[in-house]
Parts: sequence; C-alpha cells; structure tokens
Amino acid sequence: MNADAFFTLADRLNARLTGAEVLFCGMSSEVSDFVRLNRNRIRQAGHVHSAALALTLIEGTRQVEGSCDLSGEPSHDLTRAQQLLSSLRGRLRHVPADPYLDYCREPDESWRRCGDRAPDPAEAIGSLVQAAAGMDLVGIWASGDIGEGVASSVGHRHWHESASFNLDWSCHLEADKAVKGAYSGFQWNPEVMRQRVEAMREGIGLMARPARTIEPGRYRAYLAPSALNELMDLLSWGGFDLKSHRTSQTPLLRMARGERAFAPGVGIHEEHERGLVAGFTPEGFRIPPRVTLVEGGGFSGCLVDARAGKEYGEVVNAASGSPSSLGLDNGTLETGNVLGLLDTGLWIGNLWYCNWSDPNDCRVTGMTRFGTYWVERGEIVSPVRVMRFDDSLYHLLGDRLEGLTRERELILSAQTYEGRSTDSALLPGILVSGIDLTL
Amino acid sequence: MERLSEIADRFLTQAPACDYWTLRLVEEDFDHLEVRQGVVEPSRLASVLGAMVTLVKGGGIGYGATSDISPAGLRAATRRAADWAEVHSRLGLFDADIFPRSSTRADYRTPIQEAWVSMSVSDKLDLLQAANRALRLDERIVDWSAWLSRRRVAQLLVTGDGGRVSQVWDFVHPGLVAVANAGSQTQRRHGAGADWAQQGGLERVAAVRLLEEAPRVASEALTLLDSPECPQDIRDLILLPSQMVLQVHESIGHPLELDRILGDERNYAGTSFVTPGMFGRYRYGSELLNVTFDPTVPLELVSGVTDDEGTPARREYLIRDGILERPLGGPLSQARAGLPGTASTRASGWDRPPIDRMGNINLEPGEGNLADLIAQVERGVLMDTNRSWSIDDSRNKFQFGCELGRLIEDGELRGLVRNPGYRGISATFWRSLHGVGGLETLEVRGVRNCGKGEPNQSVYVGHAAPPCLFRDVSVFGGGE
Repeated sequence: MNADAFFTLADRLNARLTGAEVLFCGMSSEVSDFVRLNRNRIRQAGHVHSAALALTLIEGTRQVEGSCDLSGEPSHDLTRAQQLLSSLRGRLRHVPADPYLDYCREPDESWRRCGDRAPDPAEAIGSLVQAAAGMDLVGIWASGDIGEGVASSVGHRHWHESASFNLDWSCHLEADKAVKGAYSGFQWNPEVMRQRVEAMREGIGLMARPARTIEPGRYRAYLAPSALNELMDLLSWGGFDLKSHRTSQTPLLRMARGERAFAPGVGIHEEHERGLVAGFTPEGFRIPPRVTLVEGGGFSGCLVDARAGKEYGEVVNAASGSPSSLGLDNGTLETGNVLGLLDTGLWIGNLWYCNWSDPNDCRVTGMTRFGTYWVERGEIVSPVRVMRFDDSLYHLLGDRLEGLTRERELILSAQTYEGRSTDSALLPGILVSGIDLTL
Repeated sequence: MERLSEIADRFLTQAPACDYWTLRLVEEDFDHLEVRQGVVEPSRLASVLGAMVTLVKGGGIGYGATSDISPAGLRAATRRAADWAEVHSRLGLFDADIFPRSSTRADYRTPIQEAWVSMSVSDKLDLLQAANRALRLDERIVDWSAWLSRRRVAQLLVTGDGGRVSQVWDFVHPGLVAVANAGSQTQRRHGAGADWAQQGGLERVAAVRLLEEAPRVASEALTLLDSPECPQDIRDLILLPSQMVLQVHESIGHPLELDRILGDERNYAGTSFVTPGMFGRYRYGSELLNVTFDPTVPLELVSGVTDDEGTPARREYLIRDGILERPLGGPLSQARAGLPGTASTRASGWDRPPIDRMGNINLEPGEGNLADLIAQVERGVLMDTNRSWSIDDSRNKFQFGCELGRLIEDGELRGLVRNPGYRGISATFWRSLHGVGGLETLEVRGVRNCGKGEPNQSVYVGHAAPPCLFRDVSVFGGGE
C-alpha cells in the first residue's frame, strides 16, 4: 500500500469519528520476494504481499489499540477498518482512564524514501548461483518495497518507504566449518556480489586447514563488527529502555548507579540520522537524529517511548525502548593492523545465540560461529572448533578492552520475524586482552 | 471457518493449471488485557487474514502469499507462485515432483469449556487488578504485572488432489511476573501460566491458579534477593518440568529436525550434530530416555489432525530406551533424506511457507514422584523455570539458566539459591539421565516463541515432561 492510499483510508476513518474521539492510524506494508538457498540451489522461493493497519482510538483519557490485515482494495479495506474501529469503540467503554496515555498534539508531516527500485530477484539469484558455482552456499535473499506510515485525526501525515535487498549467506566446507557473507543495501551491483563471493572462496581456503580445539580459559581476542553486533543485540534487550532502568531490570543497572563502567573510549548512540528507519513514533512524535546512551564509558541516557515518557516524566525520543539504529563510536586501531596487534589469540568473526548468563552483572554467554581462527604471531594459523564464552560486558567493553577499530561497518539487519526489518548497526571491531571461554 | 470456506470455494472455480497446488487460508484473532502496577495497559485487539498459494509445475515449486483474499488477489498470488516455480524448475535443489500431495479431509477444533466471551472485559480486568494487589508484597517489588491473552487460529487447507483440512485452535494465556530489587540485585519470577501454555478457553485461568499463585511468585522473587548464589560445582541436577521443556526443546527437538540435518538451516538456525547414519542405532541417552512426537495429547499446544501440508498427524517414537529412532520432518524432507519422519511441516502464519518444525515433543514418564528423585541425591541442585537459553549451531554445547534454584543435600531439599545455571553437551548430557518422574508428575507445557527459518518464523511448540534427575552436571551461579 502506498502513502496516498493509506492517507485516503485514514481520512475516511477520521470522517467517521464522533464527539471527542481521536484516532491514530499506523500502516506497515511489504511487497517482498524471499529466496532461500541450500547447496547453491533454490530450496524455497516465494512472494509476499501484505498490509496491516494499526488503530489507536482515544477518547479523553482512555485508549484502546487494534490491528487488522488489509487487501489493498480501497472499499474492502474501508469496510475492514470500520469493523475494527467499531470493535475498539465497544472495548473503549470498558477500560478505565490511562494515566500514561500520550500522543503528539501538534499536526506534522514527513515523507522519506530510501532506494529507487529493488533489483529483479530472479535475475539476481541467477547471477549469484552462477558466481558461486562449485560452492556450498546457504542463505536467504530478501528484496522489495517496505512502507510505514502514521496518520491521525490531529493532523499527522508521516510516511517512510524503502526499496532494498538483503542477501545474507554463508559458504560451508564441512560440518560447521563455514564463512559468513552479507551484501545488502539499496543499489544492487552484481559485480560487488561477485567480488564478495570470490573473497569467500579465499575464506574457505583458510577453513580447509585442520581445525584447532582449544581448552576453556581466558584468551586474547579480536571481535569483528559482526561478532560485536551479536553482543550489542543482546545489550539492546533491556539495556537502554527507560522502563527497564526505572524498574531496576536493565543489565546496565550497576553502570546506571555508578558502580561499574565501560572503558572511557566507549560511546553508544541511537543514530536515527542514518535515516534507514521511520523518523516518527506511532503516536506521531518526531524522533531526534541522535540519542546518546553511553558516553565516556558511563551511562548517559535512555530511549524513551511515548508511554514510558509519560509514566516517568521524560521527553519522547524513540518509537520503542530497543535501538533500531545503534552506533558504537570508533577508535584508533587500523583494521589492517589487527592481526599484528592481536599477536596470539582468537580472531572471532561471528558470535551466535547470545543470552544473559547473569544480567545483574551484564554477564553474557554465547557461541563462536563461522570464521573464527587461531592466530599466532600475527598470522592466522587455523580455524577453531566452536567454543562457548561466558563473560561480562563490563570486562569486554571495560577493563579488558584494548581498543576499537577506526573503521566501522554498517550492518543491515536480515531479520524477518515481523516483516523485513529496517534496523541497522554501525560498529567497529574490538580488541580485548581476554575473553572467558567455558565449554 | 465459514468465511475461509467461501474463499476456498471461490478459488476452486479458478484453480490453477499445474501439476499440484494447495491453498492455505489463515485467520487469527488476538485479544490482550494486562494490568501493570495497578494500571490497565492499552487493550489490544488484532485480526489477521491471508492466504498462501503453493504451486508445483514442471518440476519446480513456488509460493505466493497475500493479504488480498479477493479472487483477483489470489490470482495475483498464484501468478507469483507460478513465476517462482519456473525459476525453481531451473535452479531448484530438488525436483518438485517429490513434493507431498494430500487428499486428506479432516477437521479439528480445540475443546473448550469456558468461552473467552463468557467473562466480561470488566470482570477480567478486575481479576487482573486483584492479582496485581497480591503481587505487591512490599516496596522491594519494583515492577509487577498480570495478563490474560486470547488467540484463535482458524486454518483451512485445500489441495489440488481434493484435500480439505479445517483446524481451529483456541488458546487462553494467563500469566504473572514479579520483579524484586535490593541494591544492584534484581530477581524476576514468573508464574500462573506465564510459561505453562496449553490449548483451551477461559478454564485455563483456574487451571493455572492465576490469583492464588500471585503471593508465591512475589514471595520467591523477594527471597531470591537475599539467597546465596548457586554454587559453581559438579553436582546432581533435578530439572522441574518448567525447565525440562527447554532442555528437550533445544537439545532433542532441534537436533532431530530433518531440515537442519539436510543443511537448509545452516546459515541461520544451524545444523545438527545428528547425522542420517545415527538413526536406528545411536545411543542418545540412558535407557530411561523415551521421547515421542505426539500430536494426539489433548490440549497440548500443537495437537491437531494434520500438519500444514495435509499429512495426517500420528504419534511416533523419536527415541526409545535411549536409542535414536526417527527424525522430525515432513514427507518432502523424508524423500530428500531417505529417512522416515513425522507430520510436522508447519508455517508460522499465512505469509510463510511450511518448514520442518517440532510439534508436540514429549519426554515419556518413568516411575515415582519428585520426592523419590530428590531422595536419590546426596549433593545437588533443583532448578525451576527457564530464564536463559543458549546452544551452539549444531545443538550440542548448551548453557541454560533458571529463575530459581534449591539446594539438595542428603536426599532433602534445602534453601534457595539465586541465578542458577548449568552447562553441558547434548551428545553426552542425556546419557547422565538417572531418574524420570512418573505419570503423576508429568506436566503438559510448551514454548510460544520457537524461532527458525529463512524468512524467519516463530511458532508454538508443545512439550510434556516430568521432572528428571541428571548425574554430575556442571552448575554455577551469578556474578562477574
């Protein structure tokens, strides 16, 4: 569904409001092609056309929320939306005043588009399969248009749309000996894809060396941006949202209370200025271009959604308490010098399945996966069999952090649980004097 | 279901010309009520309606999904599926002629004792307010919440071979959480159905004792604040069903999925330490280990009459007397692997194609009660309610954490310990299984957030298990 169709539908619903009713409409639409690959052949390929309408009906200090799928056919969609509105009216009578109700009272408009046109997926897959001939390539292609909007009876008209592709893949040698690749963005260039595939052939060559089994213990290590992204993803689970902080549930509780800190060079920000996600909240608020979460290694601020902001008296600065455009400040290490600086230890390309081991101490467990190597005297010696780590981020980003790379990598999320994600992270690699491996 | 039948009947008049097709229509309704800290959270009503067309033609297979269920919308989805079937016929991993065909005609509906609408919204909110009051034991309870959710899923599968399967699943999910804090130590306890999901209606509220459980949940969160850390040691371990669910899920269910074994999931969810040659001879666990795929258990989360490709549901042993017998996977994966399997090809919704999933994966009961298991332990820890889960991409090296631990000494339960966790390796852990509780200790539970697949899919999975005793496990507590 495009912006015009959505705004027209919202106008028709607004015309049906009565008395002091206020209505906020949200739209999430997607026209996507998904192709999953195994052994460099198509396992499943399909197309998804979806549109979902979200309504928040407000009357005085009471509110109720609802959603329904839409077809894209205007008269049919109006009927469905009216049915939902009617259900919400019926529910509104039974709910009490909501002290944490908040929405933007000022009319506002915005429109943004990222990317012109998604590439032809069949053509792209054909060239990928050709480029990766002879390789055991596994992964997912996702491409197409995504649209998000908010319209309200107050006078909001916000729309964000993008046309993008995300190719997330790995190449396998045997068992779990594999290297990981990704190519995503808004301008598909088959030559870039071919270069990355060729680079993976070299990575597979390293993987062909006999794998090393290492014992549990503390190891000097370099974590590439993709590995750090897994840690940041976990930290985003309660690390930065205001409610988690005010109810003492955040894994950064000790930092927030001044008992612990990351290294002084660590700065973490929500960088909406990147412009890849919608710049507005479901309640019509604009999102600031940048929110500083950690500065100089210490707690700085939280992500504040409309409800938490009202509850705790803070200004709204996010659509939700979880970052969607996380950035970690860069450092001074040259990526090209990392192997030499590491000298002897682990070069960790990716981590996997992280979870809290003890959130009270920001302690994380997870696994190494894909492209992890043993390094001696600055040279990659061998791939390493998967190992479990269990360590606190107060160490990995704190007293054991030796440096962050000057270069940062933009990682576009390949997640598709609730539709194709527009989240991203801009991260350096980190060199640590030790990471605790346990199993 | 009436609306879905009308849509399907219209589609039958314009059925595509191809070797085989299926139309899977899904309609879902959600309702969520929650009271947090005595304040009613915004009520959420949601409805979902869409269709997935699967089309087999010329040796290829394609999928087309749409929320436009008009005749024109379904025609467009069919064209898209045909386009992808053509590409698949040239670049596919297998010849789509092996795709399973179904002519099954069957119906399923969750048996409900109390309909969701039999209780007014106001009465439901009053109940949740009462639970909130019971959770707030003192000022160290810093956050607390009670909720009641309803989900109804109606699915109609029609096929080019005359198959027609209608299934309606009803779920009511009550739950509680209490968060306690003192200094920099925070402890959370969940209860009353928060991790104890089944099919059913409002009778689930009484079954999980929503109101009655609130004081215990909050009291345990408070007690954990001042409890010692779980010791770091090698000890015997008793897992209650609330944790056995995760243990079975992660280190038996996932490794046995055929699509992992076939390599489909290697880029995301992972592969498996299990290989095709292990079936029929590999010792997965001690002789006490018996695991079934059982879609026939009344009210378990994934009980029904077929999977999402129309394969009739049937109980099968996966592991018998500790020996691995059968993987989890539908007829397509069975044909690719040359192995037997199960009726467990499932999709998370109308917008995703079915893949190999767990259904109800149950650890069959042994003998005796929980006290009998505890009596066998000289020095151990009992763990209750999963709070953390992590396992490698081959589903071997795992680490799990629980909300509550309790020491066992000389065959008796002692005090609580906080932040309990344990580590192990699937390939050896189950061989240390030393005791399995009897039928009277079996609890029918499940998880509601099993994620895998590209594109990603999250589904319900049922697990029934009694408490179990494991010898010599690496356990640990919190702290840096």
